[in-house]
Amino acid sequence: MIAEPSHAIPSRGTIARRLLANRSAVAAIALLLVIVILCAAAPLFAPYDPIAQPDIIRGKDLPPSALHPFGTDGYSRDVLSRVLYGGRLSLSVALVATLVSITLGTAYGAVAGYAGGIVESVMMRILDALLSIPRLLVLIAIFATWNDLHAKAFVIIVGLTGWYSLSRIVRGEVLAIKGEEFVMSARALGAGRTRILLRHILPNVLTPIIVAAALGVGHVILLEAGLSYLGVGLQPPTPSWGNIIQDVSATQVATVWWLAFFPGMAIILTVMAFNVLGDALREALEPRGMRT
Amino acid sequence: MARYLLGRLLQVAVVVVLVATITFFLIHLAPGDPFAEAVANPDVTEKVRAHWREAYGLDRPLPEQYVKYVASIARGDLGWSFSAQRPVADELRDKLPNTMFLMALALLGSFAVGIGAAVLQVMKPGSLTDRVIGGLSLFLFSLPEFWLALMMIFLAYRFPIFHIPIGGMIDSTAHSSLGLGGRIADVARHAVLPVATLTLILSAVVARYQRAALLDVLPAEYVKTARAKGVPERTIVRHHALRNALLPTISLFGLAFPALLTGAVYVEKVFSWPGMGQVIINSIGSRDYPLLMASVIVGSIVVALGSLLADLLYMVADPRLAYDR
Repeated sequence: MIAEPSHAIPSRGTIARRLLANRSAVAAIALLLVIVILCAAAPLFAPYDPIAQPDIIRGKDLPPSALHPFGTDGYSRDVLSRVLYGGRLSLSVALVATLVSITLGTAYGAVAGYAGGIVESVMMRILDALLSIPRLLVLIAIFATWNDLHAKAFVIIVGLTGWYSLSRIVRGEVLAIKGEEFVMSARALGAGRTRILLRHILPNVLTPIIVAAALGVGHVILLEAGLSYLGVGLQPPTPSWGNIIQDVSATQVATVWWLAFFPGMAIILTVMAFNVLGDALREALEPRGMRT
Repeated sequence: MARYLLGRLLQVAVVVVLVATITFFLIHLAPGDPFAEAVANPDVTEKVRAHWREAYGLDRPLPEQYVKYVASIARGDLGWSFSAQRPVADELRDKLPNTMFLMALALLGSFAVGIGAAVLQVMKPGSLTDRVIGGLSLFLFSLPEFWLALMMIFLAYRFPIFHIPIGGMIDSTAHSSLGLGGRIADVARHAVLPVATLTLILSAVVARYQRAALLDVLPAEYVKTARAKGVPERTIVRHHALRNALLPTISLFGLAFPALLTGAVYVEKVFSWPGMGQVIINSIGSRDYPLLMASVIVGSIVVALGSLLADLLYMVADPRLAYDR
């Protein structure tokens, strides 16, 4: 493969202009802003306390109404308030876990790609093995046995198991850039290894990292929702988007559909927005036709 | 080629040992054991519990338990399931085919639907059809499997047109009295919703992937030549572009296995389908270590063999690769 100058990243202004020209990207950003603001300021917007059980006899399983736009659950808790507060937890878990994976994945991939030789082969073999482990099954095994883990531990473990595919991509990009003239000239000028990696190579592999970050957040939101739904993720009564639905069994959904429907829509809208943003970022950073 | 295959099989073995080791230490370092759960039963004294631990070897040092475990797995003995009260291997032998059945149907269905959708999309990129299918696959791509499964149940319940069953694999009262044809029809009816859920989700992935692959080959010279010769767009997409754009989709075949297995865990829980996912969930609840470990290991074998299968298919589809290896 010949390294081409197309690796040069477009300027920040160009990226912003391309993103803003993409209507679905603008819609996704707007939607994310609304969701983040609503959830971050949940105490301002939520009509009720998300954990309070005001009337467990007469107030439970109420269908959506003006008083409770998303209905109430089996403990008479307001579902809208739970969705807003749940978003705080789900979103922050997803953001931090993704940050952990992105950092690890970039570091591992960059070191492997830059080191080359036997170090690289060993690192890549390890990665191959890690990549073939079914992530969900291992996470289930971890969280099922170490139950009642704190949300912080949950975030770290999810982050620790999510960096493999990014590593591979980063390593490939570093490998391609390593031989370019500007890297050689930096080396000729006496720049150290760390400096070359951090100042000259990494800024040029930002594209796949940023795209992976956007798509990764969406993925972790789904993962958290799934694990919490199975009862091995974030534990109630503190709401998360997944564990709100955890209380709904297959036989109940026919009658108390709102309990599953609204938190599910919150998840879907958020994940869709992140996916659209990820795709749009890829396009803006590396438009079709320039891709090799 | 033979050497390559051997190497890949070795890789599968390494992954399985790795998964087995990880799960073993995770589970055994975790606080609590299956008999601590018997706390709920005040009739079980500490002495009885100690006796149970001894009987199952849980009182031995961890490294000793590990060596014993690996040795027995190598012999094909997966241990005793506390909760099912039968050998783990027997339990998995009963349940694994049910999951494979769901996965196979969903795999075929989603590749057919996904590739078909992508072909429709690229006939006229940017058209209404393209955008509608694109939006739909984005939606399906972004939703949690269990949520779609729950909504399927809601719809089947609210619109009981065909009386599609919403749980289980067979009609427990009528099944045994049915003839062979009736039994097959019974299972098929029960499989409709789980298979539909898995198929919808995976076909969205396939469609997104296949559309991108098709758009990548459409600017190729041979496509331009065909256009210049006046070949209709429909024929170009189907005969010229699709053949070349199928190659990346075959590699997606390998990635589909982990996705399907993950999906099966959720779908089996929601639809009470008696498969591996159900086994995993039940073994979590009952802290049945041997069953949980074996299920995770069997799951990773399925995934590893799936990616090996994808590699082989790739070589059949593109013989150039077989020579390289």
